[in-house]
Amino acid sequence: MDGDGYLEWMRSEGRIVIVGASLAGLRAAETLREEGFTGSLTLIGDEPHEPYDRPPLSKQVLLGTASADRTLLPRRWAIDATWRLGVAATGLDMAAKRVRLADGDEVGYDRLLIATGVHARPWPHETEADLDGVFVLRTRDDAARLQRRLTSARRVLVIGAGFTGSEIASACRERGLPVTVVERAAAPLVGALGGVVGQVAAELQREHGVDLRCGLMVTGLEGDSAGRLRCAHLSDGTTVEADVALVSLGATRNTAWLAGSGLGAGPRGIACDAGCRAFDVRGIVTDDVFVAGDVARSPHALFGYQFLSLEHWGNAVAQAEVAAHNMISSSSERRPHLWVPAFWSSQFGVSIKSVGVPSLGEEILIAQGALAERRFTGVYGYQGRVIAAVTFDQTKWLEFYQRLIEGAAPFPPAFPMVDHRAEGLRPVPADFPDPSLPTHGPSVTLSGYSPTDRRVAFTPGRA
Amino acid sequence: MTQGTLLRQITDHANRADPYPLYAELRKTPVSQQGDSLFVVSTYWEIKSLLHDPRISSDARNLSPQAAGSLPEQEEEESALPPAFLKLDPPDHDRLRRMTMRPFGPPHTPRRVHNMRGELGRIVSDLIDGFGDRDQIDLVDDFSYPFPVTVICRLLGIPREDEARFHSWADTIAASLDPDPDQDPGERRRGSQQARTELGMYLAGLIDERRSAPGDDMLSALVTDHSPDGQMTPMEVLSTAALLLIAGHETTVNLITNGMLTLLRNPDVLKRLRDEPRLAVPLMEELLRFEPPVQLLPQRTTLADIDIAGVTIPKGASVWLVLASGNRDPQRFPDPDRFDPDRKDNQHLGFGSGIHNCFGAPLARLEAQLALTELARRLDNPRLVEDPPPYRQNAVLRGPRHLNISLDSCRS
Amino acid sequence: MRLVVDLNRCQGYAQCAFLAPDVFAMHGDEALLYNPHADDAQREHVVRAAAACPVQAILVEDMGDATAPVREGLSGGR
Repeated sequence: MDGDGYLEWMRSEGRIVIVGASLAGLRAAETLREEGFTGSLTLIGDEPHEPYDRPPLSKQVLLGTASADRTLLPRRWAIDATWRLGVAATGLDMAAKRVRLADGDEVGYDRLLIATGVHARPWPHETEADLDGVFVLRTRDDAARLQRRLTSARRVLVIGAGFTGSEIASACRERGLPVTVVERAAAPLVGALGGVVGQVAAELQREHGVDLRCGLMVTGLEGDSAGRLRCAHLSDGTTVEADVALVSLGATRNTAWLAGSGLGAGPRGIACDAGCRAFDVRGIVTDDVFVAGDVARSPHALFGYQFLSLEHWGNAVAQAEVAAHNMISSSSERRPHLWVPAFWSSQFGVSIKSVGVPSLGEEILIAQGALAERRFTGVYGYQGRVIAAVTFDQTKWLEFYQRLIEGAAPFPPAFPMVDHRAEGLRPVPADFPDPSLPTHGPSVTLSGYSPTDRRVAFTPGRA
Repeated sequence: MTQGTLLRQITDHANRADPYPLYAELRKTPVSQQGDSLFVVSTYWEIKSLLHDPRISSDARNLSPQAAGSLPEQEEEESALPPAFLKLDPPDHDRLRRMTMRPFGPPHTPRRVHNMRGELGRIVSDLIDGFGDRDQIDLVDDFSYPFPVTVICRLLGIPREDEARFHSWADTIAASLDPDPDQDPGERRRGSQQARTELGMYLAGLIDERRSAPGDDMLSALVTDHSPDGQMTPMEVLSTAALLLIAGHETTVNLITNGMLTLLRNPDVLKRLRDEPRLAVPLMEELLRFEPPVQLLPQRTTLADIDIAGVTIPKGASVWLVLASGNRDPQRFPDPDRFDPDRKDNQHLGFGSGIHNCFGAPLARLEAQLALTELARRLDNPRLVEDPPPYRQNAVLRGPRHLNISLDSCRS
Repeated sequence: MRLVVDLNRCQGYAQCAFLAPDVFAMHGDEALLYNPHADDAQREHVVRAAAACPVQAILVEDMGDATAPVREGLSGGR
C-alpha cells in the first residue's frame, strides 16, 4: 500500500477505534469528523455513560449546585459513532489490529486512538477500603455516592491534600461540614506548587475552618461492627473520628489492559512522540496507534524534550485534536502537540491557575501581589530561565508569564512591574519535596504535576 | 506621510466620521513612534499583549516628565479629585475596583444588573413613546443620551432632575480626555478642573445625604459598605462616583448611536433584527468590534523598556492603545471592514481586556441590546437624514453629536 | 442544555455571572462555578453569557446558527 492511496482510503472508508470515551476521546472523535473522516468510528468506554465533564465533580456537584448525572459534555460536532459503553477494553493485538473487550467481543481497527485516562488510586488496604464511608472521587458515580453521603456526614476526613483533596475539603466546608485533612507533606499542594505556595494554601484551609494536619500519614482506617467507618489512625498516634473518608492519593494510568501487547505502556503512561504516535516496547514509533490525554506521555521542546504527562483538562482537548488530525494526515501534514501545560483549580473562593511546569522550579519569585493577601503571581525559575508561573486570583496577568515561559526568558525577571512588592525583590527556594520521595500514596512519584496532584511522569534531570 | 502627521489627522475633528482608513495606515507600523515619547499601538495582538503586560502602568505619575507634557490632561495634585481606579495600578486599582464591584455585580451582588432588565425596558419604551407622531427625531438628544443617563442616575442614586447641572460638568471632563494636540492644554485643564471641583462638591453633598439616609443605590453602598478591604475614604468615594457618572454618561450614548447608525447603513441587518430579535446578541459583539465607543486608550505608560513588534518603547513613554484599530486588524479578523453580525470567533477589544476591562460592560451590553432591538421594532421605515452625521469633537469617546432620523411613524 | 467552560481560557471577567446568574456564579473574585446542565428556560441568558465572554470560553450545545463549534483547545494567544 503506498502512503497516499492508503491515506485516501483510510479517510473515506477506514475504521478508527477510540478506546476511552471521556473528554479526549470525544474531542478526538469530533475532530476526525470535522476534518472529513467518513469511515467507521467506534468509541469504547468502561463507564456506562456518554462523555461527561469531570472538573465539576469535586466542586459544583459536591456543593449541590450541579447534579452528577447532568455533566455531559456538549458536542462540538456530530460524530456518528458506534458507542461501546460500559465495556472495558481488556487487550490489544497490534499485529491483528484488534481490541479485545471485557465481554469477549473484539473490534478491528485501521487506526487506534488510546485515551483511557487514569483512575483514582484506591486506599491500599483492601478491607479498610471496603468500609462503608470510604470513598475515592474520579467518576460521576463516585461523585453521586459521595454527594449523597455528605448530606448525613458528621465529619469528613480527606486523605491527601493535592488539588482534588483540597477542592473536596473546600466544598465540604462550604456545606458546613467539619473536615480534617491529612497530608504527608508539609503543606497542601506542595507536590504541584512547592512549599512557598503550599504554605498559603495551608493558611487558606485553616482560615476556612479545616482541621489541617500536615507531615502526617493515615496509618489505618477502623470500622465499627457493622462495617461502617468509625475513625482513622494517624502516624503521630492520634485518632480522627470520621464517618466519611475521601481517599485522594492521586491516580493511576489505565494501561494495565495493554500488558503484553508490545506497546510502550506502563504505570507512567503510554510513551508517544510529539505527534501522538505511540512507541512500542522497542522504542519504535507505531504507524497506527495514537495516544491522547492523561494516559499519554510525550516529549516537549520547552522542557528539554523530557516526557511530560499531564492530567490537565486543556491538555486532553489539545492533544486529542492533534492526535485526531495526525491520524488522518500524511506525515508532512502532521502537527506536533506543543501545548504549554496549564491548569486551574478553585478552592476556598480562590482561583488558582498555573502555566508551565512549576515542579521543575528551583526558585520562586513573587512577581506581583503578596502571599499574605492571597492574591499574587509567583514565577518559577529553572536553570536561569522562567519555567512556570502560578496565580492566586490574578489570572489576567497569566498570559504575560506564559509568553515569558515560551520565550525562555531569564529568571528572575529583572524589570519593574505593577504591584511588585518588597517580598518580590529576590527569589526564594520553591521548596518542592525531593522528587525521589513519595508524596502521595504508596507508589513513588517523580515529577510533573497535575490539578489533582496525581504525580506520575518523567524523571527530571535533577533526580 | 510622516507619523506625527498621521496622529494629528486622527485627532483632527475633520476625520472623526471615518478614522478607519487612518487606522489602516497606522497598522502598517504596528508600534509607531509619534513624538519624542509617544508610541501608538494599532495592531490586535500587540494591543492585547500590552493590555496584559504588568510592565504597563495606567498611573500617569509613572510618565517621564517629557511624556507627561504630551498628554491631553493630567490629574495634578491640585486637582479636585484623586485619580479613580481607571487611572491607578494594582494593588490600589484592584482594591477600589473590588469595593466598587460589591454593590454592582458578582460575587457580592450578582443579580443587580440582571434585575434591572424590566426597568431598562420601561425606560426604553417611555423614551420611544416620547417620539410621538414626529416624522424626525434626533436619536442622540431624544434617546441615546437620556437613556443611559437615567439608568446611571437610578443606579447611583442621583436625582434625575439634577441632570442639567452635571451634564455640562460631565461633558467638560469627558472632553478633557480628548487628546487634541491643537488645543491649548492649559485652558482646557482649567476648564476641566473647574468642572471636577463643581462635580465633586455636588457629589459630596449627595454622599452626605446618603450616609445619613442610605438607600439601595450604589452611592449609599459605597459610603456605608464594610468590605473585607475596609471602607473607601470620602475622597475615594467621590472620585469613584464621578468616574461611574461620567463613564455612564459618555460611553453608552455612543454605543447606542453608533449602533443605530450602523444599522441604518446596513438595512438588511436592521430588517433581520426586526424579524429576529435574538440577533441582537451576536450583533452587539460585532458592533463593539466595528464601532467601539472607546476608540483608544491614551493613558498608559511603560515601567520598563519594552520590546514589541521590532520597536523598543522606552521606560516612561506615553503609550496609546488604539482599540478600534486592533478591532479592524486583518491579521485577526477576516474581512475586518465588513459589518457582519454572524461573525465567528469575535474576540474584540471593544471593552478592552485585562484588569482595566470595562467596569460597566454588562450594563452597557444590556442597555444597547434592548435599545437597538426596540428601535428596530418600533421605528417604521427609519432613514438617515444626513450621512455622515455631525460628530462630537472627542476622538477617544467617539460618536455622533446628533443623529437625525426621519421615519414614517412609530409603532406601539 | 449542556454547556462547558474552558477554565484555562477563563480570566474571571464575570460577564457570564452578570448575564446568567442562575447558571454561572463567581466564588470569590475570579473563580467561576457553573451548572453544566442548565435548564432550557435559561437558554436566552446562557446564549447572552456565551456571546459576551471576552475570552470566548463558553461552549453551549445547540446554539443554533448563532455560534459555530468553538475550538476550545486553542487557548488565548496566537
